[in-house]
Amino acid sequence: MFSRILKRGKPEFWKAYTGHFKEKLPQDLHAVRFVVFDTETTGLDVRKDRLLSIGALSVFHLKIDVGDSLELYVKQEVFNAGTVGIHGILKEGGLLKLAEEEAIITFLGYIKNSVLVAHHAAFDIAMINESLARMGLPKLKNKVLDTGVLFKKTTLCENKENRHSLDQLCAIFKLRQHDRHTAAGDAFLTGLVFLKIVSNLSRSGKLKVSDLFFNSERRGLL
Amino acid sequence: MKNTIAQRIYDFLKDFPPFNSLEEGQLMTICEQVKIGYYEVDDYVFEKDEGLHDAFYVVKDGAIGIFRDGNILVDKCDEGDIFGLRALIRQSDYRLSAKAIEESIVYAISSSLLEKYITSNVDASKFIIASFASNNLNPHLKREKGRLYSLEGEFSQDTDHLAYIQTVTHRKSPVICQEDTQIGTAAVTMTEKKVGSIIITKDNRPKGIITDKDLRTKIATGKFSISDKVSQIMSSPVITVSENISIAEAQITMLRNKITHLCITKDGTVESKLVGVLSEHDLVVAQSNNPSFLIKEVKRALTAENLRNVSQKAQDLMHRYLVQHIPVSFVSKIISAINEAITEKVIELSLDEMSVQPPTTFTWLSLGSQGREEQLLLTDQDNALVFADVPAEQFDETKSYFLKLAHLITEKLNVVGFEYCPAEMMANNPKWCLSLSEWKNQFKDWITRPDEDKIMLSTIFFDYNRVYGDVHLVDQMTESIFQSIDRYSIFLNFLAMNAIKNPPPLSFFRQFLVEHSGEHKDLFDIKARAMMPLVDAARVLVLSQNIKDHNNTLKRFEKLSELEPQNKELYNACMDAFKILLRFRTVEGLKHKDSGRFIDLKSLSKSNRLKLKGCFGSIKDIQELIKVRFNLAQMM
Repeated sequence: MFSRILKRGKPEFWKAYTGHFKEKLPQDLHAVRFVVFDTETTGLDVRKDRLLSIGALSVFHLKIDVGDSLELYVKQEVFNAGTVGIHGILKEGGLLKLAEEEAIITFLGYIKNSVLVAHHAAFDIAMINESLARMGLPKLKNKVLDTGVLFKKTTLCENKENRHSLDQLCAIFKLRQHDRHTAAGDAFLTGLVFLKIVSNLSRSGKLKVSDLFFNSERRGLL
Repeated sequence: MKNTIAQRIYDFLKDFPPFNSLEEGQLMTICEQVKIGYYEVDDYVFEKDEGLHDAFYVVKDGAIGIFRDGNILVDKCDEGDIFGLRALIRQSDYRLSAKAIEESIVYAISSSLLEKYITSNVDASKFIIASFASNNLNPHLKREKGRLYSLEGEFSQDTDHLAYIQTVTHRKSPVICQEDTQIGTAAVTMTEKKVGSIIITKDNRPKGIITDKDLRTKIATGKFSISDKVSQIMSSPVITVSENISIAEAQITMLRNKITHLCITKDGTVESKLVGVLSEHDLVVAQSNNPSFLIKEVKRALTAENLRNVSQKAQDLMHRYLVQHIPVSFVSKIISAINEAITEKVIELSLDEMSVQPPTTFTWLSLGSQGREEQLLLTDQDNALVFADVPAEQFDETKSYFLKLAHLITEKLNVVGFEYCPAEMMANNPKWCLSLSEWKNQFKDWITRPDEDKIMLSTIFFDYNRVYGDVHLVDQMTESIFQSIDRYSIFLNFLAMNAIKNPPPLSFFRQFLVEHSGEHKDLFDIKARAMMPLVDAARVLVLSQNIKDHNNTLKRFEKLSELEPQNKELYNACMDAFKILLRFRTVEGLKHKDSGRFIDLKSLSKSNRLKLKGCFGSIKDIQELIKVRFNLAQMM
C-alpha cells in the first residue's frame, strides 16, 4: 500500500492537510485555533518506540472546546511491557484501536493548520514525524508552542534554567490532577496550563500570536 | 469513542442540580460539548450590556462575582453554581456583569443543549423555575450548593427581581443616644420613636447598638437595672456598611454576622459619621415590595395594551409564587393590588378620553371575588359605579356621562383581559350605574323585600371594594346597608339560608359530588360546591356581627375568630380550607388556562384528592353553625 502511495506522489489526505496552510495565521489570539495535544508512547526512543495514544483538544476564542477534541488509541506491533505500568494501555486492551496509519490520518485531518501546543512538545512532534516518515511523508508543517518554554516567559517562573515537568506546572497553577499519564488527561491539563500562561502573559498588555513564538522558535524541534 | 475529558466533566456536573436530574446519556452528551474557560481575578466572563453569549456557565473552580453598576457585588457563585442562564432564557443582553473574584475555571454550556436536555426535563426545569423564584424570596435557602444565580438577565424594570439588587432604603434619621444615657431613658426614647433599636454614638460615630432583644435578655431578666448605663449592655462594635448597599449584600452581611441591624455610615466604616440604620425588617419590606415594579409599570402605561402586558406579567409572577409555595393569602393580596392598580389606571385613561370633567364625584366599585380581593386568575369583570346625588334637572345628563365613562372603562378592562360579565353585572349597565340615593333605595329594597334573586344580588353587591373615587360615597352606602339590616334582621336569615343551599360536596358514600349534566359533566365545580359555601358563610356571619370594612373571606374569618374565641378552631379550619381551595383553583386554572372552576377529579393525585376532601369537613361544620345560629331549621 505504501509503495502505491509513493508511486502516485502524495496521498489525498496529505494534500488536504497541506492545503490548509495557504491561509495566513491570524494575529488575534482569539481567532487562532490551537490544538493542545499529548501522546503516550511505548517508550522514549523516538526511533524504536511507537505511539500508543494521542489525546488532543482545541482551544478557540481562548476556551477549551471539549466538543472539538480527539482521543485515539493505536494498535501495536512494537510493544514495550515496561511502560504499561505508567500509561495503562495494554497491547490488546478493550479500547477501539486504530492502525498507526489511520491514527495519523485522523490526527492530520483534525489539526489542520492549527498551532500545536504540547508540554515538552519536541518529543511528541518527533514521534508524529517519525510515524509520518514511516508512511513516506514529510514532517508536520504546523507552528508549535511548548508550554514548558512558554512558562519561562511568565512572571511565575523563578528559575529560567530549570525544566518544569507538567506535574510541577500543575502544582504552580494549583490544578487538580486527573487522569495523569493518559494522553487525553495530560492534554487537558496542558490545555489549562496553556490558558493560564496566556492569561499571565496578557497582563502586560495585549498579547499577539507572534509574541508567543518570539524567542522560542529558535530552539527548534529536537 | 472514549472521551476522558468529557468523563471528568460528567463526574463533576452529575452532583449538581439541574444536571443531577438528567439521564446519564443526556448529561454525557452535554459534557462532550462543554467549553472550558480560564479567568484570572478581575477578568470578565461577560459584561453588563454585552450581547448575549450562546452559552450559560457553571463554575468549576474558583469564584465568579455577579456585579451591578460596575462594582457592587450582588452575588458570588462558586463550585457548581450556575450563572448567565436568565439572560439566555429571556434572550436579552446581560444586565449585570460576571467577573472572576478568584482565579476560576468555568464551563460554558451551549444554549442549544439547554433547550434540548434541560428545559425539556421536568425536574431540571422545575429546579430552574424554583431557583428563579427563590432568588429573591427565599434567600436563606440560597447557601445550598448548586444554586442558580443567573440574576443578571432578569433585571429589567418589569420584574420583582430588581428589588433584590436595588439599593435598600434605610431609616435616614437613626434614633441615637450617648454612652452615658441610662437604659431606662433609652427605652423610653425607643418607645416614643416606635423603633426596635437605638444606636449609641460618640462624636456622631456609631459605638454600639441596643435592640429590643437586649432589653428582653438583659433587663427583663434582671441582669442589669434600668438605671445602668447603655454602654453596659450595648453590642459593640457595630457592623457598618456604606449607603448604597444592595439587598443581597445586606442580607449576606446580616447572615454572616448573625445580626439583624446594620449601621450605615458615610464611608461604610465604624470611623465615619452615622447616617442610618438598616434592619432585617427593612429588608423584608423591600422584598415584599417587589411587585411594586409591576405597579410602577402600570402607572407608566399609556394604553390598555400596555396594561395587558403588565397583567400577563402579574400572572407569570403568580405562577412562580405558587410553584414556590408562597402562602396563597399573600399571593392573592399582591395580585389583587396589581389588578386594582390596573383598574385605576384604566379609569384614569378613560377619564382622559372624556372631553369634559365628571359633573360630580363618583366611585368605581369592584364586586364579587374582585371586591373580596380573592381574584387570582383573570376572570369576568364585575363592577358598579355610584355617583353623588345631583339636582333632578341634571340627573339625566349626569347619568349618561357616567354610563359613557363606564362604557370606556369596561371596554378597556376587556382589552386588559377581564372578560365582560355574561350577566352584565357591570357599571356600563344602567342598572348598576346609579346615584347614591338610588343605591341606598336599591339595597333597602333587597334587604326589606328579599327574594331569591335579590339575595343573589346581595351576595355579589355586598362584597364591594372601592377601586377609584370618593370614599364618602362608599361609606354612606355601607352605612345604609347596616341600617337597613338593623331594621330588617330577618334578611340575615335569608342570607343564611342562601349560604347553606349548597351542601358539603360529598355524597352519602363520601364520594365527590360532580356535575351530572351539561358541558361540565363529571367535573367537580370547586367554586360553587366548595368555595362559595365558605364565602357565603363568612359574609352572613360578618354582617350579623355588624363588622364593616371586611370584605375578604380570610379576613372575615380572622375577625370572626377574634370575636368568637369559642369558635376559633372552626373559623381557623375554614380559613385553611379556603386557602387550599383557592390554591387548587388557581393552579388548575393556570394549568388549563381557564377560570379553574371545574376540576377533573381523575387528574388529581390521591393525596390532592384527600386534601380536597379534607376541606369539606369545615364546610359541613360551618353550615351547621349557621343553621343553629339563624334558626334555619324552622325556616326549612
